[in-house]
Amino acid sequence: MMTLETETPLLEMREVSVRLGRGAQAPALIENIDLKIFPGETVGLVGESGSGKTTLGMALMRLLPPLLDQGLSGEIFYDGEDIANLRAGELARLRGGEISMILQDPMASLNPIFSIGNQLKEGLRLNATAKGNLEARAIQALESVRIPSPKTRLANHPHQMSGGMRQRVVGAISLTRSPRLLIADEPTTSLDVTIQYQFLELLKDLQKRMRMAMLFITHDFGVVAKMCDRVAVMYAGQIVEEGPVRDIFNRPAHWYTRALLESVPTVDHAPERLPTIPGSPPTITGRPRGCRFHPRCANAQSKCLEPPVDVEVGAKHHAKCWFPLRAQRGAA
Amino acid sequence: MLKIIATRVIEAFIALLLMSIVIFLLSRLTGDPIALLLGDGATDADKIAMAQELGLDRPLPVQYLNFLGNALTGDFGQSVTAGKQPALDLVLSRLPASLSLAGVALIFTLIIGIVFGVLASVTRNSPIDVAARLIALVGQSVPSFWLGIVLMYIFAVQLRLLPTSGYGRPEHYILPAATLGLFTLAAITRLVRSSMLEALGSEYIKLARVKGLSESIVIWKHALANSLIPVITFMGTFFAVMITGAVIVETVFSWPGIGRLAYESILSRDFPVVQTVVLVITSLFIIANLLVDILYIVVDPRMRSRG
Ligand SMILES: Nc1ncnc2c1ncn2[C@@H]1O[C@H](COP(=O)(O)OP(=O)(O)OP(=O)(O)O)[C@@H](O)[C@H]1O
Ligand code: SF4
Ligand SMILES: [Mg+2]
Repeated sequence: MMTLETETPLLEMREVSVRLGRGAQAPALIENIDLKIFPGETVGLVGESGSGKTTLGMALMRLLPPLLDQGLSGEIFYDGEDIANLRAGELARLRGGEISMILQDPMASLNPIFSIGNQLKEGLRLNATAKGNLEARAIQALESVRIPSPKTRLANHPHQMSGGMRQRVVGAISLTRSPRLLIADEPTTSLDVTIQYQFLELLKDLQKRMRMAMLFITHDFGVVAKMCDRVAVMYAGQIVEEGPVRDIFNRPAHWYTRALLESVPTVDHAPERLPTIPGSPPTITGRPRGCRFHPRCANAQSKCLEPPVDVEVGAKHHAKCWFPLRAQRGAA
Repeated sequence: MLKIIATRVIEAFIALLLMSIVIFLLSRLTGDPIALLLGDGATDADKIAMAQELGLDRPLPVQYLNFLGNALTGDFGQSVTAGKQPALDLVLSRLPASLSLAGVALIFTLIIGIVFGVLASVTRNSPIDVAARLIALVGQSVPSFWLGIVLMYIFAVQLRLLPTSGYGRPEHYILPAATLGLFTLAAITRLVRSSMLEALGSEYIKLARVKGLSESIVIWKHALANSLIPVITFMGTFFAVMITGAVIVETVFSWPGIGRLAYESILSRDFPVVQTVVLVITSLFIIANLLVDILYIVVDPRMRSRG
């Protein structure tokens, strides 16, 4: 969907960093993140493993482990209120109903001791405005994620369900209170392809009905193409490029984005062996100066040893690169 | 679930049977019961007559079956002292004092240990946490006879707040229960603290918070429920520690339980009573473990659907 210029963002991150503790010199997991999410839109967050995607999502929920939460700096405006400075305890009123999250590891995110019904109703109970009795609403929640025979499933415990089923239960729990912002951390990676497709359809459907905004974390560009309006590309704790999904696919400006896209098979581009990006991403303590991608970049030059500025490369499309690519991808 | 419980019950019976064999054999290997019963002045003829009377001249398996048969009818022989009282009666009359002391100690250590462990885990490195770690260290390294004497000296002799010994009123329980419970309190505090820390870092705690649940529900429901499982696992061990600790604590505080009975009857070489105490304690131990197993199955849904 298109966002209107005049619309105010539901979420705005300004200069958000997460460090290993309070010290300004402590190693940063994510650094100087600026990101806006508007009501009803889906922003994709892509990048190699370890680039800081989950950390960014957890920072928005204020669910970082204590040391990292202490190392959180910058401003996170949710609906006009800076939530980066709220005490962690005050966040409970926003969680679930306003901001919710589908966690990356669904197998482990259900409590093994309590039944599915118990864990669902706990959240539902907090929804003061909803009508109908708890039991009926819990059944409805399971139906909404297409769990067969939901009534009997309520009495089940997590270990009695398959992985795909658990994933959907976690989805149901995260969505029952109709959040206005959903952070979905690789919600489909452990599902097989058909179930994955169903789950994405379901999310889109719910999004349309509830005008929910989504931050969609994934490794999978197929999923990005299907789900997202805009994409932010993360490398070594920074957002290196951000723009509308078509522009990112067709005219990537950052050399990292292009390398990432080329390592993905597409219908008209499926070579025998996929090119992989040479080298590996730096650890949080060993990040190079200047452009963090320069040790792996095919175009690295001495200028790249200075930190690149964020430049506009198109409408609402910007990249942190001294020598951004201009050409249409695949045209050369 | 019933099937698993039935299996556990059968296992407990087998354990009881094996235990009776071990105790029987030990009783025949350690010393000569006839010499004990007759005393020093007995002649050989007396001894042979006695052996025939008691069936001690027959083969061991036959003797064992006799022993088992007698045990099943409650006949464990008679005390050699104390007016030839039946050994079982003597032991059973002392049992309530021991069980009530162990019960009081266990309930209080569980409550205090769990609360302390939880508070320590959520206020990591705070004064509460440091105090909890200190108690854990001290409680597991101080010998209980020493602790008992020190407590008695401070609270009974110096401050005169509590009685040094006696049995029957609530205040009589305080010092012996504290002495008996400190080791277990330390163990439970440590166990709860470490399993809470593990639980608090888990994904299901993140999900509980994502839902918008209050911190108190996250901690006292979601994290604690999981942290209690290891505590239940160790309950059998805690019980064993309390029972063995009872011998020392009951002796220090002159508590009229089976612990002190065991101590006294060992000193007076009252062999049938010692044997009966051992039998009763091991039976209690097996029963306690059975109850713990059942509790475990009831609490942890993953155990319930197994087998
Ligand atoms: N609690 C922590 N303490 C120290 N380092 C951490 C902690 N959590 C994460 N990291 C490090 O921070 C970096 C970013 O981790 P993060 O989980 O955000 O990456 P990600 O992009 O979500 O990766 P993936 O795609 O594998 O999920 C990684 O290098 C990780 O090792
Ligand atoms: S700044 Fe230099 S090293 Fe970094 S991506 Fe651009 S060209 Fe490559
Ligand atoms: Mg991640």
